[in-house]
Amino acid sequence: MRIGVTVFPGSNCDRDALHAIERAGATPVELWHADPELKGVDAVVVPGGFSYGDYLRPGAIARFSKVMGPLEEFAKGGGPVLGVCNGFQVLLEAHLLPGALLRNTGMRFVSRRVRTRIEKTDTPWTTLFDGGEELTLPVAHNEGNYYADEGTIRTLEEEGQVVLRYLDNPNGSANDIAGICNEARNVVGLMPHPERVSDPALGSEEGLRVFKSVLAAAGARV
Amino acid sequence: MKVRVLVRPKRGILDPQGEAVKRALPALGFGGVETVHIGRLIEMEVESSEEVEGMCRRLLANPSTEEYEWEVVS
Repeated sequence: MRIGVTVFPGSNCDRDALHAIERAGATPVELWHADPELKGVDAVVVPGGFSYGDYLRPGAIARFSKVMGPLEEFAKGGGPVLGVCNGFQVLLEAHLLPGALLRNTGMRFVSRRVRTRIEKTDTPWTTLFDGGEELTLPVAHNEGNYYADEGTIRTLEEEGQVVLRYLDNPNGSANDIAGICNEARNVVGLMPHPERVSDPALGSEEGLRVFKSVLAAAGARV
Repeated sequence: MKVRVLVRPKRGILDPQGEAVKRALPALGFGGVETVHIGRLIEMEVESSEEVEGMCRRLLANPSTEEYEWEVVS
């Protein structure tokens, strides 16, 4: 299985994501932002960082880069897409996921490990977890405060689109939301960074199963 | 022509920047500040104002959290 990782100017978790994909047993493929193609990959990770310096709003400029056209088609066709941190912001700006990420309520950049709970295991990125399982994952963001209007939040809850929830909310997110998926469940956005805890050398590999999940999900479909 | 676009958080949307400034002003001795909201001012030189609305909608503002208004200044 080949998993692509988009690289924008200012991405800084792309190498970590490529490494995590390799450790999970898939072939990592770099997808340069200026190339309008996905090189035939089977899944795509939009990594964290500060694409285009977070100018205007995080993700707002990256969302219009050339790689995004084919990525949007891929997502709409049911291809598995994972956005992490700034990647989550990019997917929101591209309207592949509903809502927005606002400035943290504490007005501080939060960089620490937080306790989270897996809420949904029926997405391609969470199939190998148990529902209700607790994970400790790093967050590092200034705009991680998930916001959507009341109707959207209600729909997310009723349709089971909240994939990951904070147990100790670090940023003021509505309903302690740390990650969501789209209606079709193939597009997932997470604020915490599973790729940063996918190698024992980094102190933990609790996040590796996110990448192993997409392989398992693809295997199940074949 | 010169166009000025004003983007600000929608009413009711949490505005932590505005809140922080609201708390900072009394600390400097400025009293009576009831609300503070922080937005963004964008000034552009454009050939025509025809497409400004589209620019606001598609890029300059995020319609789910922000509202905008614009005017031709000269």
